Amino acid sequence: MTQAATPATPGRIGLSSRDYWPFVAPALIVVGSVIVFPWVFTIYMAMHEWKAGGAQSFVGLGNFARLASDARFLESIVHTLLYTGLAVTAPVVLGVFSAVIFHERFPLRGLLRGLFIMPMMATPVAIALVWVMMFHPQLGVLNYLLSFVGLGPLTWVFNPATVIPSLVLVETWQWTPLVMLIVLGGLASLPTEPYESALIDGASRWQMFRHITWPMILPFVMVAVIIRTIDALKSFDIIFAITQGGPGTASETINIYLYNTAFAYYNMGYGSAIAVVFFIIVVALSLVMLWLRQRSKWNADAGAAA
Amino acid sequence: MAYISRRGLIQGAGALGAAGLAGPAFAQSAMNWKKFAGQKIEVTLVKSPRADIIEKGLPEFKALTGLEVGFEQIPEQQARQKQVIELTSGKPSFDVIHESFHVQKRLFEKSGWVADLSGLMADASITGPETVESDFSSAGLMFSKNQQGKLRALPQSVDYWIVYYNKELFDKKGVKYPDTFEEMIAAAEKLTDPKEGVYGFVARGLKNANLPVFTSFLLGFGVDPVDAKGNLMTDTPEAIEAGKIYQRLLSKHAPPGAIGFNWSECQSAFMQGKVAMWLDGIGFAPPLEDPNKSRIVGKVGYGLMPKGPKTRASATFGDGLSIPSASTKKEAAWLFAQWAVSKEQGRALITTGSGVPFRHSVLNDPSIRTQLKMPAAWLDTVAESAKISRLGLPVIIPVTEFRDTIGIGLTNTLSGGDVAAELKKASDAFRPVLEKSEKG
Repeated sequence: MTQAATPATPGRIGLSSRDYWPFVAPALIVVGSVIVFPWVFTIYMAMHEWKAGGAQSFVGLGNFARLASDARFLESIVHTLLYTGLAVTAPVVLGVFSAVIFHERFPLRGLLRGLFIMPMMATPVAIALVWVMMFHPQLGVLNYLLSFVGLGPLTWVFNPATVIPSLVLVETWQWTPLVMLIVLGGLASLPTEPYESALIDGASRWQMFRHITWPMILPFVMVAVIIRTIDALKSFDIIFAITQGGPGTASETINIYLYNTAFAYYNMGYGSAIAVVFFIIVVALSLVMLWLRQRSKWNADAGAAA
Repeated sequence: MAYISRRGLIQGAGALGAAGLAGPAFAQSAMNWKKFAGQKIEVTLVKSPRADIIEKGLPEFKALTGLEVGFEQIPEQQARQKQVIELTSGKPSFDVIHESFHVQKRLFEKSGWVADLSGLMADASITGPETVESDFSSAGLMFSKNQQGKLRALPQSVDYWIVYYNKELFDKKGVKYPDTFEEMIAAAEKLTDPKEGVYGFVARGLKNANLPVFTSFLLGFGVDPVDAKGNLMTDTPEAIEAGKIYQRLLSKHAPPGAIGFNWSECQSAFMQGKVAMWLDGIGFAPPLEDPNKSRIVGKVGYGLMPKGPKTRASATFGDGLSIPSASTKKEAAWLFAQWAVSKEQGRALITTGSGVPFRHSVLNDPSIRTQLKMPAAWLDTVAESAKISRLGLPVIIPVTEFRDTIGIGLTNTLSGGDVAAELKKASDAFRPVLEKSEKG
């Protein structure tokens, strides 16, 4: 099959390298120019002291060495992980909960589902600007609402201690519907027989959820977790528009620091080094995710559907 | 000349144009506004009330010159990025750009991105008699000339830092407008009443944005953030004192959350009538006097920056227009820049309170008083501030990094950090960056 020494007989597909290259080339060119080249170039830049408008010089792994002792960078890793952890957990828990509710039949379900999904459709920056107003410690509606339930005013994003949870609140508000949609899809595909037999066996609602629904929707939940993790890790718009990483550096994630380094300080080399490290973190997390997904996939059919 | 408006001239010129005659004012000079009629230039400005004024006047400019103008306003942060990326590429898409002197001056100079305008200014065929260096204030020339004395921008608008104060709150407590830093702190303390939701002082706490607040105090100690020899002065004893004032005013006498405030949050807090003093740039005044937005119309005092232990200084910032060296239509772009900083445009700028032109001929013109849409006190404070003007940010390349690094230290002091330790840490972090940038 590999040798096509004689011209192919009519109807037979030749497989010499000369023949298949034209078909492979477009894909190679695209992959090469949008994935491989930027990557190699980023690594190249990361090995240079490179400032916009200035000369560049080779520093080898100097930028990476500097990262290891850069307190602001190390802090930003912690912020990123904390932010991601919270911004995955909260929407997934609430999303599964609301999916189970919206899976029940009750009047106006369609309308309520539609309303519930609306935050997801809005532009993050626009949302962020609205939330900034709502967070305002003196004029914001959130503190006004708190005053009704007898709580004192909070300073929300204007306080280093509460800024990350407050940002996660926005993220949760926006992305819980997505998790709900994914899980609802899973719920809709579940067979009814196990429930019938469970009812006959006298199982309680909680037992049915715990032992039938939950295991069967777990693959869907894992998909939601993976999508949320990817989104939360790369989250930029909401944080940037609301706090720009502040107060101080209290909500500065790797992304924000990377952005500041490359596009506010014009320090392309150092910024590229951050990008490389960020990439490694993302790959590591992805591997963990894939491993978790494999584990949750004991139900092969549902896993394949996801 | 005073009674002939430019619009009148254009109409006149249009009527006479067929016969090839220029209007009366042009007869005195060889200047020909129409020299490049038909060409198209691209103008990219930072979104601001100043750019709005220019945009409003565009039809007039097009009629005057016959030039086509592609005009774009982009928010500040994005605009600065776009400029750097496009100028680095060597083929920028614009012929006229906004330059924030206090941030970009040194970067633009060192990288050679913007053209020397001296030659264009000397060319009488494209420069009107009113566009002369001597009509620009010294601050403007300082901003727009490089170290070799070459003009590399036309100064458009200057921003002095002043203290907006709520006269009603001051009167209620019988407090006088402060004359010194000490009086200012005392007044802020007296006017703060958290039970009423009233606070004595507000200013930017957000990192980066907060730096001019700090330098406003630092300058009062007679110290610039970077001295003439290029030494970083932000951890000197004076800086620590200035930092303590900043910390005290913003954490004890300011609304909770001020740590995250930029000018807009400060402005809205002040406009609600809940804050007695707000230290910020003079250009933020118009909304305060707008009954649709503000609850304190007519109650706003415009105070001169109080005197520090050494001197009285108003931190000063400025904006101008530059032409990229890589532009192929520099002359046409020059016509635009020249028109954009002309007397008429300057008058529109100041009478609406949108900005303060650098031109003596506008500021000294008594007729602007009658057309002024702002209170007369505002204009008086402009004039007084001009006398005590001092650069609010150092003229260095890594301005943004400077603002961020020191700004983070300052913000940290608001959440309980020790001023001396935070400033030392921030200054130590920034010093190598500064040294490297000046070597390169």
